[in-house]
Amino acid sequence: MGLAERILAGDLRAAARLMRDVDDGFASALEELKVLYPHTGRAYIIGITGPPGAGKSTLTDQITAAFRLQGKRVGIVAIDPTSPFTGGAILGDRIRMNRHADDPGVFIRSLATRGALGGISRSTGEVVNIMDAMGMDVVIIETVGVGQDEIDIVRMAHTTAVVMVPGLGDDIQAIKAGILEIADVFVVNKADRDGADRTARDLAVMLEMGKRQEGDWLPKVLKTEASRNKGIDELVAEFENHRQHLFSSGRIDHFLREKCAVVFSEMLKDRLFSAVLDRITADGRFNSTVESICQRDHNPYSAVETMLAEFLNRPATSL
Amino acid sequence: MAERKLRILVGKPGLDGHDRGAKVVARAFRDAGLEVIYTGLHQPPEQIVSAAIQEDVDCIGLSILSGAHNTLLPRVCQLLKDKQAEDISVFCGGVIPEDDIPGLKAAGLKEVFTPGTSTEDIVAWVKANIAC
Ligand SMILES: Nc1nc2c(ncn2[C@@H]2O[C@H](COP(=O)(O)OP(=O)(O)OP(=O)(O)O)[C@@H](O)[C@H]2O)c(=O)[nH]1
Ligand SMILES: [Mg+2]
Repeated sequence: MGLAERILAGDLRAAARLMRDVDDGFASALEELKVLYPHTGRAYIIGITGPPGAGKSTLTDQITAAFRLQGKRVGIVAIDPTSPFTGGAILGDRIRMNRHADDPGVFIRSLATRGALGGISRSTGEVVNIMDAMGMDVVIIETVGVGQDEIDIVRMAHTTAVVMVPGLGDDIQAIKAGILEIADVFVVNKADRDGADRTARDLAVMLEMGKRQEGDWLPKVLKTEASRNKGIDELVAEFENHRQHLFSSGRIDHFLREKCAVVFSEMLKDRLFSAVLDRITADGRFNSTVESICQRDHNPYSAVETMLAEFLNRPATSL
Repeated sequence: MAERKLRILVGKPGLDGHDRGAKVVARAFRDAGLEVIYTGLHQPPEQIVSAAIQEDVDCIGLSILSGAHNTLLPRVCQLLKDKQAEDISVFCGGVIPEDDIPGLKAAGLKEVFTPGTSTEDIVAWVKANIAC
């Protein structure tokens, strides 16, 4: 049996191995993913993002416990940064989630960014799909704590929670405009600390000032104390509110279409580029073309057009 | 062709309270280019083994000081066998009497590092002995 069949039959080791094959870029993984694809699209995907140390893993742990009480199976993808100097990584998010480690209704996978920017690894979408095919009802993605520009998670998750902590104080003005737009729910975690009310209020004011149209979702600001399991039920209820809004407003169709369009175009771009690059590297033309561009014998514009014409089997003038 | 990245789980079973040693080793592995899944303190063998399977690690490195090594470590190896995952190697480091080492190895531990072993030696051993 192939990995995909074994995964569909409930084999955890097969799932873990396919995740690794995807992460390591094994071509064989594509064949397995093809088999799994029809079995995906069922899981509800939640993104948890926010600055380092805000409590994302602790929240993920508590949210998971709440979903488990509802009888839902939960997959967790926890991403931590790869060291740019050594290529190694310490993936430590599991520390906060250990109590779920041997629950058969929970599957946790730690991923390293491996050079990807934007808060998630390149493999994240596929790892989520594998969990989806494993029958997870909910998949939670914990991004790297970069705190800005996490546009990638927004496309991937039905609902994105941005986690903040008190003490941002006046700096709240400095929060990147982008972060306001990506949140479907704002969480002010560590509500036991001074300034939580103020941070929550400031955020709410900023959100209300934001541009919005009739019928748009207005993100709420919720306070939590993840380490003492406070505010978690409200947060999980708000996830459900947002999910219902997605479906009842019909926005889910737009969301899914956008997501598929991005997946398809990104994949097309990668595969086309590597197909061309592999060939012209193998026959030496990559180096010779670079050389002639350096020498000003050719210009890069025409060189690219010549390559494209050849690969697309069309005259260069038509490009 | 794509290349495998070595993945290792570093954790600390048992009840005693600090994980300085485990953290130092975890950092040494990271600096050697490995992906280290660090699971922290007080890990029961069941959780260690489940985590190792979900993370598809090549090996498990356990730090142990509590004196319960003769029960906890063989238990990890046994659980791996029960889950048909004995291809995941286990090694440990900690205060372990010489006399106990043969028994631990017979139970399935691939290597036992006693105090005084440098992190360089441990990393070198993993690179030489663990295939991914
Ligand atoms: N006081 C207080 N501490 C908390 C709360 N929630 C989490 N913490 C602590 O904050 C620290 C960081 O929590 P994590 O959950 O690891 O934070 P994280 O955002 O996942 O961190 P990274 O993954 O490293 O970015 C831990 O020591 C937690 O125990 C809270 O509500 N109040
Ligand atoms: Mg974390």
